[in-house]
Amino acid sequence: MTARARRRRAAPGSPGFLKRSQSRWAERAVGVLLVAAALVSVLTTIGIVVALIPPVVEFFGKVGFGRFITGTDWSPLFEPPRFGVLPLVTATLVVTVIALFVAVPLGLGAAVYLSEYAGHRVRGSLKPVLEVLAGIPTVVYGFFALRAITPFLQRNWPGGDPPEVFNALSAGFVMGIMIIPTIASLAEDAMAAVPRSLRDGACALGSSRMQVSTRVVFPAALSGIVAAVVLGVSRAIGETMIVAIAAGGRPNLTFNPLEGMQTMTAFIAAAGIGDLPTGSTGYQTIFAVGLLLFAITLVMNLISIRLVRRYREVYE
Amino acid sequence: MIPTAATSDPPEVTRLRGRGTPLRERFFRLGLRASLAVGVLFLVGLLTYVVVEGWPRLNSKLWTNFPDVIDPSNAGAQSAITGTVWVVSCTALYCLPTGVLTAIYLEEYADRDRWWNRAIEINIQNLAAVPSIVYGILGLGVISRGLGFGQTVLTASLTLSLLVLPIVIISSREAIRAVPQSVRQASLSLGATQWQTVRRQVLPAAVPGMATGSILALSRAIGEAAPLLLLGGLTFITFNPTGVQSQFTVLPIQIFNWISQSRAEFTALASAAIVVLLVILLVMNSLAIWLRNHFTHRW
Repeated sequence: MTARARRRRAAPGSPGFLKRSQSRWAERAVGVLLVAAALVSVLTTIGIVVALIPPVVEFFGKVGFGRFITGTDWSPLFEPPRFGVLPLVTATLVVTVIALFVAVPLGLGAAVYLSEYAGHRVRGSLKPVLEVLAGIPTVVYGFFALRAITPFLQRNWPGGDPPEVFNALSAGFVMGIMIIPTIASLAEDAMAAVPRSLRDGACALGSSRMQVSTRVVFPAALSGIVAAVVLGVSRAIGETMIVAIAAGGRPNLTFNPLEGMQTMTAFIAAAGIGDLPTGSTGYQTIFAVGLLLFAITLVMNLISIRLVRRYREVYE
Repeated sequence: MIPTAATSDPPEVTRLRGRGTPLRERFFRLGLRASLAVGVLFLVGLLTYVVVEGWPRLNSKLWTNFPDVIDPSNAGAQSAITGTVWVVSCTALYCLPTGVLTAIYLEEYADRDRWWNRAIEINIQNLAAVPSIVYGILGLGVISRGLGFGQTVLTASLTLSLLVLPIVIISSREAIRAVPQSVRQASLSLGATQWQTVRRQVLPAAVPGMATGSILALSRAIGEAAPLLLLGGLTFITFNPTGVQSQFTVLPIQIFNWISQSRAEFTALASAAIVVLLVILLVMNSLAIWLRNHFTHRW
């Protein structure tokens, strides 16, 4: 576009009527405005980094990075404060793994069905259902996990100790349901990008539809599917309301999903509710945990963006 | 839509096999159906649960009364509903123009070969997946305390508009990209300037797609609670906001507040408020789907 405009302006020996009769200052003003708008998103990223770094530097000056990252006791707002972040990390890990156990098979199953099996009409009626599932506020998911799923599990627990009122299991399960649409729609995009000739070739060799799906389409779309899963992981790590409501607020270094535990996001939310004074160590912990969360999800996102790009390049 | 191999699979293929569909195939298909069914059943269960639980409280008290900790049977969510309207309107005011202008820049003006334009693109993709609570930290550290805007409607809507900005940008870019190049070339060849071409040809054609994306972005903003927890949205508010400098609460936060109370009346109240919130979101979602189906332009 800009290149074309430049060429028009530079056309040698152009007749008089092609010359500008008025100055194009309005065009330039628009250009400046557009660049300014595009810079807002860059400023957002800079803003996030600027918001995180100074309090975190001050925090590590007081606490020490080693104590933060390897400590097993997290009670930053009590006396004496302890700043070992591991309980929050393991809780995040437990909830994420449970969510993925639900979301990966169900999301990929839904994607294969929608892309390889479903007819037009079925697709047309099922995709909006997935969209509604994706549009439900997470506070509602959390409410459902705490007030419906957990009591259900407690009533029907097959043996041993039933789950606590706050537990990682129902939070993780509901979070998994929440992530299904994310994984399903991205994986379906990847599978739809596999050229039809591959399917036709496999069919011509006598493959059944299941063989076409699992041995041809699935491997061909693998990088896109992995990207979908990675994005699902980053959604699970970053999700706040479900865990804040249903998984409880007690930092707890355990891998038992039936117990209550506090994730990184749930801690940030809980600490943010209390009106901590700017500059206090308690206030700075929000930023330290936030930076850790941001760093983890940033790495996940970059991997996912990379993988999506790769599968797009293959079949265009 | 191009039919995939699967959907146009001719019946003769199966007829050629001697026996019927093997058992494994049937189980596979059953498994695929089941994985979709779990999502659908979950949705049905959730909707039934909130409607049944909230039914006794789905009366006018819910939107005429203010929150009340002592007497839940008379508590309502008026301040939360007006707060939601305030916050979401301001969010739309800040993020829609910015998002659309960014999309125009990236699609119509930016030179793809320049590294900074590619960096902006990756940056936006990345922002789309940053956890919402991190935006809360941004709002708390920079907007609320750094710039000194405090715990106000202004801070909340600025934070939410940064949060949903990537959605607006990405969907607007797709809408602009769907306008064929020939339309632009025709306009330019008639002597229109680049901005005239964008304003009079490209934008009108792309508006339905942009509107769809914007509605989805705003419905995300309506349901979002996590960043607002950090911005003072949980404060007990028994008045309607009067301006952008006002303190506020919103529906999801009010719901969170009621969930945290253990008494059964509050569970009913939370369910009723959830029904209201879900109805608003369903209306917005259907509007978006309707817009997409009715105004999709085939060139």
